[in-house]
Amino acid sequence: MAVLLVKGVTKRFSGLEALSKIDLEVQEKSIHSIIGPNGAGKTTLFNCITGFYTPEEGGILLDGKNITALSPDRVTKLGISRTYQNIRLFKNMTSVENILVGMHPHLKSGLIGGIVHDPATRREEQKAVEEAKRLLQFVGLRGKGDMMSKNLSYGDQRRLEIARALASRPKVLLLDEPTAGMNPSETQEMVHFIRQLRDELKITIALIEHQMRVVMSISDMITVLDFGVKIAEGTSLQIQKNPKVIEAYLGRGAASGLGENTSQAAVPA
Amino acid sequence: MQTQSPFPWKQVVSAGLIGGGVAVLLSLVGIVTAFNERYIVSGLFTMGQVLFLAPALLFANSTIRRIAPQPAPKIILAGAISGLSSAVVLAILTILGNLINLRIMFVNSSPELFEMLTFGQEYTAGILILLGLGLLLGGITGGVFLLPSKIRNAVVQAAIWILMIGLLRDMIVTVSYRWGPLAAVIKYFFAVSGLTLTGTIILSLLIGGLYYWRSGKTKPSVPSAQQTPLKRLLTLAGAAAVLLLLPPVLGTYFSEILDNVGMYILMGLGLNIVVGFAGLLDLGYVAFFAIGAYTMGVLTSPELGFYNMTYWEALPFALIACVVSGAILGLPVLKMRGDYLAIVTLGFGEIVRLLALSDWLRPWLGGTQGIQRIAQPRIGPYLLESQQELYYMFLVGIGIVAFIAWRLKDSRIGRAWMALREDEDVAVAMGINHVGTKLLAFATGALFSGLAGTIFAAKLTSVYPHSMNFLVSINVLSLIIIGGMGSIPGVFVGALVLIGSPELLREFAEFRYLAYGALLVVMMLTRPEGLWPEERRRLELHEVTDPALAAISKSKAEIESPQKAG
Amino acid sequence: MLRNWTQRITLTDIIVWIIGLAILVGVVVGSITTLQIGKYSADNWIDLTISGLALGGVYALIALGYTLVYGILRMINFAHSEVFMSGPFTATFAAEALIALGLWDTHPILSFVIVLGVAALVSAVIALLLERIAYRPLRTAPRLVPLITAIGASFFLQYTFRGLYGSGLKAFPTQEILKGFWMIGTIRIFKTQAVAILGAVIMMLILYWIVQKTKLGKAMRSVSEDKEVAALMGIDVDKTIASTFAMGGVAAGVGGILYLLLFPVAHFFMGFFPGLKAFTAAVLGGIGNVPGAFLGAMLLGLLESIGPNLFLDGLGIPTPSQLKDAIAFTILVFILIFRPTGILGEKLTQAKA
Repeated sequence: MAVLLVKGVTKRFSGLEALSKIDLEVQEKSIHSIIGPNGAGKTTLFNCITGFYTPEEGGILLDGKNITALSPDRVTKLGISRTYQNIRLFKNMTSVENILVGMHPHLKSGLIGGIVHDPATRREEQKAVEEAKRLLQFVGLRGKGDMMSKNLSYGDQRRLEIARALASRPKVLLLDEPTAGMNPSETQEMVHFIRQLRDELKITIALIEHQMRVVMSISDMITVLDFGVKIAEGTSLQIQKNPKVIEAYLGRGAASGLGENTSQAAVPA
Repeated sequence: MQTQSPFPWKQVVSAGLIGGGVAVLLSLVGIVTAFNERYIVSGLFTMGQVLFLAPALLFANSTIRRIAPQPAPKIILAGAISGLSSAVVLAILTILGNLINLRIMFVNSSPELFEMLTFGQEYTAGILILLGLGLLLGGITGGVFLLPSKIRNAVVQAAIWILMIGLLRDMIVTVSYRWGPLAAVIKYFFAVSGLTLTGTIILSLLIGGLYYWRSGKTKPSVPSAQQTPLKRLLTLAGAAAVLLLLPPVLGTYFSEILDNVGMYILMGLGLNIVVGFAGLLDLGYVAFFAIGAYTMGVLTSPELGFYNMTYWEALPFALIACVVSGAILGLPVLKMRGDYLAIVTLGFGEIVRLLALSDWLRPWLGGTQGIQRIAQPRIGPYLLESQQELYYMFLVGIGIVAFIAWRLKDSRIGRAWMALREDEDVAVAMGINHVGTKLLAFATGALFSGLAGTIFAAKLTSVYPHSMNFLVSINVLSLIIIGGMGSIPGVFVGALVLIGSPELLREFAEFRYLAYGALLVVMMLTRPEGLWPEERRRLELHEVTDPALAAISKSKAEIESPQKAG
Repeated sequence: MLRNWTQRITLTDIIVWIIGLAILVGVVVGSITTLQIGKYSADNWIDLTISGLALGGVYALIALGYTLVYGILRMINFAHSEVFMSGPFTATFAAEALIALGLWDTHPILSFVIVLGVAALVSAVIALLLERIAYRPLRTAPRLVPLITAIGASFFLQYTFRGLYGSGLKAFPTQEILKGFWMIGTIRIFKTQAVAILGAVIMMLILYWIVQKTKLGKAMRSVSEDKEVAALMGIDVDKTIASTFAMGGVAAGVGGILYLLLFPVAHFFMGFFPGLKAFTAAVLGGIGNVPGAFLGAMLLGLLESIGPNLFLDGLGIPTPSQLKDAIAFTILVFILIFRPTGILGEKLTQAKA
């Protein structure tokens, strides 16, 4: 069953088509990777799904509900969460505070409650902090709750971002290049972690990723974009053998920055 | 080990020249002569002299720091050369002043200034003294730098304290004179202007000794979060006692100053929420102050003939008016980015002022004459009308407002504000309703400012549109920035320093905005988190005590070194 | 596109639109009433129009500084009003010196050029100092920081000049040759106004030519498009930015002298209001856009000049000229709310994820 459905989405920026009639079906509880050379439109697609952009044509459905032109906060409340390519944490807030913001839609206390600290508010805050600490532990950041997020290491920041995204209890989690800038051992940890997310939390994951090894090892389904157009879709085996994919990557050469990895794409695993 | 770097002439001389330039600027602007009456150490040196010699010292110091480590003679030489260069620039100014009448253009290049620069001596002798002094003081700076750090720290701290105590002589003496026995002790330390020489020596030894002794016991500062609840309660009680006793202890004159400081603390706490928590740079903040004051005026003054309420009856209306206008003024600016938001709010502030000043609204707002005979608060049989009595109004107001601000900071809405400040797009994506949240920030800020406005109106029993100008907004903005954006204690520090100093040092009043401007720029360049940032204690905590940090810095190093993927 | 609108219009938008409409209606009604009453003659209106154009010309030159700096650094140089003030304020001393030397009226053109030069030089130097000391170190800082620095610098400069030259008003002497007016048909134009308008137009043309046709202009445009790419292409980014500030300074200095022709009093605070209004003009026309600055400035000058009499009088507001500044501020607020890209529009890029 497709929990997230993208149909015929086209996004234009002053005449330039960043996305052309994209169709995408993300199956429930699967890990679906979106790959493609730089500039293919992958992050733009994420932005359309989450409501940052409104596509000029086409529609997006979450569990059958039309979310195409909804604002980002409505999309979040309906169950889609994301992380960002450039890590957009709230730098001058602690880890716990970052996660608590993620929980914002699920908490109720307002201005008066904040000032007066009535029992209901206190209880809610307490429970929220406990859950935030649990999430921290889940992503492997136990004990770092009171650190300023800007002081965390790079890898920890990525984890915190994921924890924050999980705080809103999403159905679908969009990860934008979660392993960017990581060394092999950290990448391995992240791969393991993403699988854990899907298996333990039973959520659907869509990810944008450049490292082919990661993509090939965890994806249930892969969609390939190039110049805003979907050029291939299938399992990892199918994609690896797909001549259009190989051409899209190799044809670009060094500019795509995937030089090292394309050799893996061309050679069957 | 024979590779000795050549002496950094260019660096040293250019730093000295810039220092000299700063000193010349201070002289031409008039601040040097303004402070010439005020001795720091009686008979020895005045604040004016400090002002034109300090830049030389400071720039010499910064050059030395940059070229260090170097062998000792080089350091002293560098300091001396830098000091000399600064003195040369000043000497050039003096020579120029002797040759042409600078006063036609630079109104403050008075004979008095040149007398100061030549130390009251005859022309050529004076210039030589100036140059010599530059050389000497620069060298001394180098020497101080070379002292072992504990002694150096003690010396520097002692010097700073002497300076401050000398400047605050008036306040200390006036207050102590109210209390007989204390006066005798104080008389020993202070002369007609500044400290006595013996007093200076004793104090510097005491203070220097204290710092030396304290730095000997290096203990990481115990964070107050870990203080026992009892200790906390005692500290609070002690602070409360001090605060309550200030007016009778200090007398009327200083209570007046405290009132002003208190008013700005109130406004600062409000603007701190708008700017510090939510990141919305509101330059028209004075508008809410005006609305609070004017509402109180309109509702309580018999002059306009509308209503004749008492202070307390009118207060809720004034506060509601502020909250509503906060929301209204906030509405149009919701979608704007920082720069534009600032300008638009400035525009709003000015529009409000112009309307209050206009003839068009004179029948309701009093026009250029403002509103007189505003009611003062009455509690039972007591009418709160003197500076000291109203101080308590401010105190209570500050207490309530600070409490609210403190609570909000750690609440859901406080986090929402901070998230909007840090990254609005992401915050909105996380489900934060940016409209409501921003409006709440504006409204809360407006409320606090309006409260300050009502007390202000009651205190003066009148309001004038001229006092509701842009400079007030700048005052508040400066103090929260310099105190520390978003930090509640920072507001108090900022207000005491920025609002208190021009009141305590009358000469300073003319150069107030010059100092504010310079401070803002310098702070943004060197310490944007302000004088008392809230985050600092948490940061310090973890940098000192967290063992996990060692592991983190290790993996950080791993990431930094490029690794081949795959 | 329609689906964008219908889904995202909120209550706040509606309220703001209503307020805006109310103001618009007030303006129209006021104008119609005034014209019907016929309180002012055609000559009055023409006088006001010419004043407006002259004022607009001055605003245009100041606006240029704002728009160029915004284009290249994406920041509002709040202290530009002091850049504007410093040149002419200093130049009054030069004018006095020229009078003492007897050159002021015997060699009017030379004197005028000297005075222009002094103003342009001082303003440019202040602009360069600003860039170097206050802005350059903060190029990568979060948005709020350079803005606060600019505000601080603005005050610092204002009060420094107050300390240097005094807090009094300094009269700018008018040259004999510029006293009086010309008649073009039935239209009366003061010589000072003519010089102001002409000077502004010439200056704008020169600067437009520099931005469009010279190597420096090209460098400026590429740096404003993308700093990193420009650097990769071998452009000295620091120097280009400095040049931009200098250009804005020169324009402001010249504009300052023209301003003194119209309002011959210099003082330390003279930059505040014209600065804000020039900024309004820059935004009105489209910030980052040189022709836009000119257009916006002309419009603003006209509205400020004619406005109070045209629409405020009709609404029965006494002494409408008191509120002329309020008109400028209201326009500012209006534009930033309803069309922040201005009339000629310029893409305001927003960084997305």
